[in-house]
Amino acid sequence: MRLVKLFVLLFFYYSSSFLKAEDEIKIGISTFLSGGAASSFGIPLKQSLEFMFNAINKGDVPAPYNSPGIGGKQISYFFIDESGGATKQVQEFRNLVQRDKVDAVLGYVSSGDCMAIPSVADELKALTVLYDCGTPRVFEDASYKYVFRTAAHAAMDNIAIAKYLIEKGHDISSIAGINQNYAWGKDSWKDFSVSVKKLSPSSEIKNELFPKIFSGQYGTEISALMNSKAKVVHSSLWGGDLQSFILQAKPRGLFKRTQVVFSAGDHVMPGLGNKYPEGVILGARGQYGMMAPDTALNKWFYKSYMDEYGVFPAQPPYRMVQGLMGLKMAIEKAMEKNGGKKPNKDEIAAAFKGLEFDSPGGLVQMKLGDGHQAIQPHAIGTTAKDKDGNITVTDIVRYKASCVNPPNGIKAVDWINAGFPGADC
Amino acid sequence: MVDEILTIVLDGAIYASWLFIVALGLTFVFGVLKILNIAHGGIYALGAYSTATLVPIFYSLGMPEQLVILAMLVSALAVAIVITPIMERGILRRFYGQDEVLIVLVTYAIYLVLEDVQKLIWGMNSLYVSEPRELLGALEFGSLYYVGYDLALIGLAIFCGLFLWFVLNKTQSGKIVLAVIHNPEISGCMGVNINKVYLAAFFIGAFLAALAGSFTAPLISVQVGISVAVVIESFAVVIIGGLGSISGAVIGALIIGMARAACVHKLPEAEIFIMYFCMAGMLIFKPKGLFQGAQARKI
Repeated sequence: MRLVKLFVLLFFYYSSSFLKAEDEIKIGISTFLSGGAASSFGIPLKQSLEFMFNAINKGDVPAPYNSPGIGGKQISYFFIDESGGATKQVQEFRNLVQRDKVDAVLGYVSSGDCMAIPSVADELKALTVLYDCGTPRVFEDASYKYVFRTAAHAAMDNIAIAKYLIEKGHDISSIAGINQNYAWGKDSWKDFSVSVKKLSPSSEIKNELFPKIFSGQYGTEISALMNSKAKVVHSSLWGGDLQSFILQAKPRGLFKRTQVVFSAGDHVMPGLGNKYPEGVILGARGQYGMMAPDTALNKWFYKSYMDEYGVFPAQPPYRMVQGLMGLKMAIEKAMEKNGGKKPNKDEIAAAFKGLEFDSPGGLVQMKLGDGHQAIQPHAIGTTAKDKDGNITVTDIVRYKASCVNPPNGIKAVDWINAGFPGADC
Repeated sequence: MVDEILTIVLDGAIYASWLFIVALGLTFVFGVLKILNIAHGGIYALGAYSTATLVPIFYSLGMPEQLVILAMLVSALAVAIVITPIMERGILRRFYGQDEVLIVLVTYAIYLVLEDVQKLIWGMNSLYVSEPRELLGALEFGSLYYVGYDLALIGLAIFCGLFLWFVLNKTQSGKIVLAVIHNPEISGCMGVNINKVYLAAFFIGAFLAALAGSFTAPLISVQVGISVAVVIESFAVVIIGGLGSISGAVIGALIIGMARAACVHKLPEAEIFIMYFCMAGMLIFKPKGLFQGAQARKI
């Protein structure tokens, strides 16, 4: 009799967990909850997701995302910390897939992690959405079935800045760079310097600095950049490194002496406020924050985020929300095809491939990497003080996605070297 | 050319002075207590956080801005006063005389706890306190501007080093500490209160760590994770100079500071490994560091 009771209990336990799994979409999210990237990336990302998951579950998001949940199924989610390096992340990823049995993994700010995760994702057949990292190499050096990146890679940021400098008539006869010594920094500088050389062949590279990530002290580098007398200083520094660089360089006059460009410089503006220097050319890795388009979806997102957290959303929340919206659209598209059942990973992957969807930052098109890598429109602007003395972004130039992203099948650096063939500006 | 050499020397000196203040406490604590304190980086971070908290309060009270340095000193002192009894009396005292590896692991555990304490008290958002850096204006050297505050760090490092040297070598209390360094057992037999000496030495080490954090806060965005690089770099300094040696810390900091500055200006691709190159070279040719002489083994 006891055995029968136990059997019945186990039956109910497993069938209820099975039914629960059928009724919900379980998402594991990896982002920086500690370390140098937490303050400017991880925490805004976490906030935006918590806010968006609630809004999506309630059906509060404007069209086309106004159906509650994903295909009527409620989203359950949990966060893990991305800090600790790629080896740790690979193990954490295995745990998410094999132990926690998530339906999808949404994650990764670090380019190093984005290089390490995809091969494991395909090995485990785990649907993975890379929402933020920048290195173009993820889908340029390999192809994956279950991995998608819902935001443009970093080539766009640096090509657009080079074009902006030329269009606005800035002197680019000499350039220098300070970028972190890993995939993101190296790739960013390569894309920028090669773009500048292509658009202005007489331009001279004066100095290339690659301090280690999270070094925090830039006094010597600032001296070297000022000594180089380069007309333009390029940097893809981010997070605490970018904040420290700005705080150290501003009183030394770097921003007055040379034209500084930050390829991903918007995300520290909410924190630094008016400590942010004027006259800096910056990108936000898309049409985000102060450079976001005037659409109903963006107006809703910008206002809701401001109301919720008291600061404007910069690039990290936008890119995270973009990833979530892409996932929602792909799952719902797969459900339309299979008659409304919860789709399996192959069905979602097939629906995700080549998907086009709206986001607060504009239209996202999964056009590169054989339908796995997004392109999107971009915007570059210059910081200035408004009439109230607050730092804002002005002189904004918008670029079509096809103007600053390579076509499918061509590596970004090859496209730049070839002189941007087929660019539709 | 002269301009460039002057720039390298100044950049190197500023970086070396920051390194020296951090490493001084670490090497002093090792010299007296024979503890390689990995939690030193955590105390540094607490110093930075407490300054980033206290200085805005100081300004909001309308105090004269010249006295902000006093607020920074007070915040460093407060950290040392709070952390010393907890760490030294509460935890480390139980491990004196045990295997050095075990003590390193204990300090590492404390370091991790301190990281979480920072998250618990201050959260994950960055704090900024750049105002004290504007206090001394900017000075022109060659074709470059240097912030007076950065140059004042050189003075602070010289003062800290000289003060500690003076206390150790020219005062009775210092001589008692030196006696404990040489032989704690015999010092104890001669009536020296070893526990008090250990407590005082740890307090000085913690104060120096917090002081370094406190005076670094205006330069950086204060956030969780700032202590990692500090631990590694201050270890490099004391390994080059010799564990427990103040003059060694001076030379170690100068070697790393100058080598790094020269690399950034003349050979940027070498900057990332120059510190490890210096450290590895020292470990190969003089494993005990520049300033640690041979010691007789006790039977």
